Amino acid sequence: MLTKSTHDIAASFSRRGVLAATAGLMLGLASLTGAKAADDTIKVGVLHSLSGTMAISETTLKDTILFLIDEQNKKGGVLGKKLEAVVVDPASNWPLFAEKARELITKDKVAVVFGCWTSVSRKSVLPVFKELNNILFYPVQYEGEESERNVFYTGAAPNQQAIPAVDYLMKDEKVKRWVLAGTDYVYPRTTNKILEAYLKSKGVAQEDIMINYTPFGHSDWQTIVADIKKFGSAGKKTAVVSTINGDANVPFYKELGNQGIKAKDIPVVAFSVGEEELAGIDTKPLVGHLAAWNYFESIKTKDGSNEKFIKDWQAYTKNPKRVTNDPMEAHVIGFNMWVKAVEKVKSTDPDKVIDALPGIEAPNLTGGVSKMLPNHHITKPVFIGEIKGNGQFDVVWKTPGLVAGDAWSKELDGSKDLVGDWVGKKCGNFNTKTNKCLGSGS
Amino acid sequence: MPANLSARLCSFALSLFLIAFALPAFAGPFEDAVAKFANDDYSDTEEAIGVVASSGNTLAFPIISALQDGRLMADSDSKKVYVTGADGKSIDAATGQPVASVPDSASAVRLNNRLRRSVDAALGSLTLQSPDLGTRLQAAQSVFKSHEETALEAVDGALAKETNKSVKTALGEARAAILLFKPDATEVDKLEAVATLKARGDQEAMALLTGMGDQPASVTKAAASAISSIQGSLAVWSTVQNAWYGLSLGSVLLLAAIGLAITFGVMGVINMAHGEMVMIGAYTTFVVQEVIRTRYPGLFDYSLLIAVPLAFLVAGGIGVLIERSIIRFLYGRPLETLLATWGLSLVLQQAVRTMFGPTNREVGNPSWMSGAFELGQITITYNRLWILCFTLAVFVILLAMLRYTALGLEMRAVTQNRRMAASMGIATSRVDALTFGLGSGIAGIAGVALSQIDNVSPNLGQSYIIDSFMVVVFGGVGNLWGTLVGAFTLGIANKFLEPVAGAVLGKIAILVLIILFIQKRPRGLFALKGRAVEA
Repeated sequence: MLTKSTHDIAASFSRRGVLAATAGLMLGLASLTGAKAADDTIKVGVLHSLSGTMAISETTLKDTILFLIDEQNKKGGVLGKKLEAVVVDPASNWPLFAEKARELITKDKVAVVFGCWTSVSRKSVLPVFKELNNILFYPVQYEGEESERNVFYTGAAPNQQAIPAVDYLMKDEKVKRWVLAGTDYVYPRTTNKILEAYLKSKGVAQEDIMINYTPFGHSDWQTIVADIKKFGSAGKKTAVVSTINGDANVPFYKELGNQGIKAKDIPVVAFSVGEEELAGIDTKPLVGHLAAWNYFESIKTKDGSNEKFIKDWQAYTKNPKRVTNDPMEAHVIGFNMWVKAVEKVKSTDPDKVIDALPGIEAPNLTGGVSKMLPNHHITKPVFIGEIKGNGQFDVVWKTPGLVAGDAWSKELDGSKDLVGDWVGKKCGNFNTKTNKCLGSGS
Repeated sequence: MPANLSARLCSFALSLFLIAFALPAFAGPFEDAVAKFANDDYSDTEEAIGVVASSGNTLAFPIISALQDGRLMADSDSKKVYVTGADGKSIDAATGQPVASVPDSASAVRLNNRLRRSVDAALGSLTLQSPDLGTRLQAAQSVFKSHEETALEAVDGALAKETNKSVKTALGEARAAILLFKPDATEVDKLEAVATLKARGDQEAMALLTGMGDQPASVTKAAASAISSIQGSLAVWSTVQNAWYGLSLGSVLLLAAIGLAITFGVMGVINMAHGEMVMIGAYTTFVVQEVIRTRYPGLFDYSLLIAVPLAFLVAGGIGVLIERSIIRFLYGRPLETLLATWGLSLVLQQAVRTMFGPTNREVGNPSWMSGAFELGQITITYNRLWILCFTLAVFVILLAMLRYTALGLEMRAVTQNRRMAASMGIATSRVDALTFGLGSGIAGIAGVALSQIDNVSPNLGQSYIIDSFMVVVFGGVGNLWGTLVGAFTLGIANKFLEPVAGAVLGKIAILVLIILFIQKRPRGLFALKGRAVEA
């Protein structure tokens, strides 16, 4: 009996084995034919989390790249070849980002990668891109203090988002007292360090700055909102500068609304709240709170480029309510810059493309033309938008022209003498005082 | 000749006619100011608000209130400004003449925060004598906030006529705020103002007293003593406030943990998918609200009441399914249960992500869940208050169910001594399924409440699973009362630590304290005595 049943199990296993082998063979064949087809396509890696905590933000960026590739292929592709997306899911898991990046470059042989959201995921893939010499386009606003040869930063550096926002509050709202509230990780901490130094340089006293950090996904904001209210009742105009990360924002804004803190009393200016994040909240109690970005969906352009982009995007996603946001625009600019650079050097060879990219210009979606700088950051306009009742933003202020992204903050002692220059100096962290390149780049 | 004459007369009449109509449009500062609304420039709008509000024109109130509500339409080409009423009728803002329709090129005059404050201040002085009590009170409060000198006359006028006590107090406070900042007010007036603000004794009064700038010595001294007295009373209130926040956080913890207290506490299943049951409850609320929004908008305020039983059924049903298909094969194998339920939680998350998308879903707050009321010097938000009541109700119902119903009796019997219960004729496997379903269903109900204060996203459950286990283990596995006491203890401890240590350190401190506590008393606050839960 026993032998028989073991035999049965063994038999069923081998049957399964045969099945698996067949399936594997078929998959192998499929990938072989895929590889054959790949000879006349250019592969583009997409490294965004499609599951886990960051899926909420990154899934849209994956769709954006697929959309851009689709549009480019309709125009005939690049260098006469079609573009082919290779999508992987690093699952909001930082070490997995590095693994997947390696897989994209070595196994799939992609020419370029568009990806990452959090700074920690970018830091995790950096060594891979350096070692295997490939290109990463990083589309999210970040804390700066970095300039790498293999990375192109199309999101905002602190001087393209945080500093102009504070300037606006100081000048237009006459804010004298500041709450710097953020989630406890590298981006808010560095940004707040820069902002604190900046505010002090503008004559704000230490006692007029309150810094507050909360854990990821913080949901009970009662104490902090009450603290903000208390801090704001010192007879000076107070504002909150929020680097609170995605998910924690909804309960934060709900608590603000419920405790009756109106934008006209204590405005909150946020750097991580865009159209996508607002899609999950009833924005009526939030009208007047602010966000600083380089792009808003509501911006009207003279040439209609933004309107056309929104229309095409909604048609592509078959969702007439699908919103657009700032990191999406960053991918649009980055993608077009890459296409132009490849067409300029008539090759997808990373070394050639990296050297060709600085100086390349591509239109942004707000009617201007952004340029890739020698420090691998780009020029962008800065907009301050007020939240409207319909989940969109009303632009209340913008910089007169485009602002060049600083890789190294001028406000921090450790970095004010550094510049990134991959054209002349071939160095990501050149010290202008000592005239020396510090090496590694970050 | 007659033809010529008539032509002349005609043109004369025409010019008269034109003058008569053109006059109001270009006549005075009021009309000029109104035209400025059409410039779409914030400083012009601000100027216009000032002129219109102080013009004494009967149109001032309709114009400013329309501006506040986004009903003031301006056409930047023709420089015409219109007030559209709630009833759909429109008037020309400069003349007050009704117009047939507002041109399509007109758009609502835009405001920013600075202008919203000006509008509030202007409306405040305009509505101080409104027949409606609530409007008057609000007006007095806006004047208090803006405390602009120009409003003093209006406040004095309103004070003389006011009969309602609370409005009178508010007006007195508004007057005090104005006098305090008026450079040429007498010292006596200012001292009186300080006393009035001291009596008000809240944060806003303190803000005025600290920010009043240079004052005569006696006033500065009086203000300093007022500030310290207000600070003293606010410190007492802040303790009360922390206690309330603690209760409220405790109720959220309890609500999230109560289902786990059944599946893990009573049944002993290490259920890592508990958080996902909460999430399913929240998504049920979302679906209910979606249906209500599209089909029966009038029922929106009842959406949560409808969602509660549905969430219980959906999450409970899935719970029964999970128990029948997975967990029943794993009883007595905690490690495998842990892994299986953890895997299941990932599957459920990804399933929801595929069905509803990775982004947050909007779950609205019904009107009775929005806003707050003041109790002394603390603010109590309605959503937190309702959640506290709801949690306690769920707890009491669950307790009663376990104690007084046949199913409750069977559940207790099976978990205490399975074999004995089986020999008494209880279908133990059926009871297992129902118990697991009950725990999951209650987690689903928790999801309905949590959708009101948190994100409705596939990750919702993850943020509660650790806290829930913490509460159940801390309170004592297998004891519902322990869960209750544990949740409230943790909530209150957290909220008293948070102002001192900050949110991040506070959370770490709580975890360290729990670890130390569990070292000392491994069975939690209320250890189950007698025969332990059979493995």
